[in-house]
Amino acid sequence: MARTITMLQAINEALDQEMARDSSVIVMGEDVVGGSGAEGEMDAWGGPLGVTKGLYAKYGDRLLDTPITESAFIGAAVGAAASGLRPVAELMFSDFVGVCFDQIYNQAAKFRYMFGGRAETPVVVRTMYGAGLRAAAQHSQSPYSIFTHVPGLKCVMPVTPYDAKGLLIQAIRDNDPVIFFEHKGLYETEGEVPEQSYSIPFGEANVVREGNDVSIISLGLMVHRSLEAAETLAGEGIQCEVVDLRTTSPLDEDTVLESAENTGRVVVVDEAPPRCSIATDISALVAQHAFDALEAPITLVTAPHTPVPFAGVLEDQYMPDAARIAAAVRRVAGYAQ
Amino acid sequence: MALTKDDLLKAYRLMRTIREFEERVHVEFAAGEIEGFVHLYAGEEACAVGVMLHLTKADRIASTHRGHGHCIAKGVDVPAMMAEIYGRATGSCRGKGGSMHIADLDAGMMGANGIVGGGPPLICGAALAAKVQGTRDVGVAFIGDGASNQGTTFESMNLATVWNLPAIFVAENNGYAEATAADYAIGAGSLADRAEGFGMPAATVDGHDFFAVHEAAGEAIRRARSGDGPSFIECQVNRYYGHYEGDAQTYRPPGEAEAARANHDCLDKFAGRVTASAGIEREELDDIDRAVAALIDGAVSSAKADPAPAAAEYLTDVYVDY
Repeated sequence: MARTITMLQAINEALDQEMARDSSVIVMGEDVVGGSGAEGEMDAWGGPLGVTKGLYAKYGDRLLDTPITESAFIGAAVGAAASGLRPVAELMFSDFVGVCFDQIYNQAAKFRYMFGGRAETPVVVRTMYGAGLRAAAQHSQSPYSIFTHVPGLKCVMPVTPYDAKGLLIQAIRDNDPVIFFEHKGLYETEGEVPEQSYSIPFGEANVVREGNDVSIISLGLMVHRSLEAAETLAGEGIQCEVVDLRTTSPLDEDTVLESAENTGRVVVVDEAPPRCSIATDISALVAQHAFDALEAPITLVTAPHTPVPFAGVLEDQYMPDAARIAAAVRRVAGYAQ
Repeated sequence: MALTKDDLLKAYRLMRTIREFEERVHVEFAAGEIEGFVHLYAGEEACAVGVMLHLTKADRIASTHRGHGHCIAKGVDVPAMMAEIYGRATGSCRGKGGSMHIADLDAGMMGANGIVGGGPPLICGAALAAKVQGTRDVGVAFIGDGASNQGTTFESMNLATVWNLPAIFVAENNGYAEATAADYAIGAGSLADRAEGFGMPAATVDGHDFFAVHEAAGEAIRRARSGDGPSFIECQVNRYYGHYEGDAQTYRPPGEAEAARANHDCLDKFAGRVTASAGIEREELDDIDRAVAALIDGAVSSAKADPAPAAAEYLTDVYVDY
């Protein structure tokens, strides 16, 4: 039965159900229990934002607080995955990948290939990303394109509580390394989520709004802002098709291209800076394979090529918003060759 | 663990296999038969074998650039290793890994590693898996003096102590990280002192002496299997060849490797001791030498004759499912 819960609760429920189902699933990270070695509550934090709250009481030592030592514990999760467990490691902020990227990029991602197909590394790295919380340049980035670039990794970014639960369960059951991106601005988003366990396959984009005038290809928090823009534009007579990529690796190229061919006008909306990004990747895909269908230049709405600023007046400009998306769509919709 | 005659003969056979393998790869590389980057373990055999004699197939190790010796001692198939170095479809990694990435998870070998310090975090994971699953298996991270300065090594030693993991860190200090001397690069005087700072017992042993390595490893592995946590062992040793094949080694004093061969060779030491006091005849060792030479000859011949991977294989094995 479905009820309305938050994305945070959906992620907690996915972890809970998978830990109950499979004793090889363990969870590790900084403060995922919270309070280990301290004298307060048993799981004082349950994750920095409470995502893993309550799991320690059920699963005990299968939840492991780590020291602040990302190289060692991300690597330990990778090593444990290659040794028979299904670890879910929490890299608290995706910005912190700078200190542990080797274990993801040179170890986990490459084992299967380097070892001639004779390895499986079913590790999940859950990690928070995204701007909007005034968390500044080292706690606000959206670095999914860096991971998407790496052969051997899968990259997932849920937009709704329903998708968060189903995609995380798929990630845990998946036999390849998965980077699971959770936008910190979406944890309190509510939506209907079935109580029972279910999984959503990777590589299947979601057409979250249908329309024939302009395609908006987006991901993560930007899908919500794209829908907001689409609603406004509908009042102006412009019907947008909004595509939520859901996973950037594997990428559902077919759905993107079908939408581009349907509308002939494409706007890509991405919270990350524009160079070598998901936005440019989608743009290249459409230009290569749907060129004949295009009736306007592909247009990108992205963050600028800068770090994420702190002050509200700066950060609010940094992130694409519905008004900017709508303005881009109007330009594209009105473009005549 | 008291060493039986069979143990001693096995130790000798493994050390001789590693030596013969590396000497032959050296020759074949110089002849242009082998491509890529190759780092030879000759001179360090007692370190791998002294540790590995205590391990079962279920125990796990992570290795280094200089990984052939660890692979052989852990039980990776020798002809498959040679085929891998030749880039053959019959290789341990079907020609996709090469010398720096030979692995065999079924044999408990988690890979040579092209990243200095890549292995210790992985071994924390293997040791954690053993602990969570309630086996008495252990994980052993081999590192060199180079990786002894990597943050991954420090972080892993700390994590192993915090989680009380059945992990052993074995540092093979051959005096040089690539071309830079350990005396220059290791800020603290002693690797063992550093390890003790992370809360684990540490020993420093002569890495040319199989018996010294074997004894120290035995204590460390006993501790790990008993749930008493991690340990550290520094093996002080010499490498007979350069950092990589083709290295002119101009950073070493002339004659250093030759002097080590003449005065500290692990096989000579071992043979001298077991023929003097363990009831083993020189002829028994000679028989092993002949058998090993035949094994390596066969491995090279078959590697040369084996097929390259099918060209289409460059696209496979990236994912289990994509």
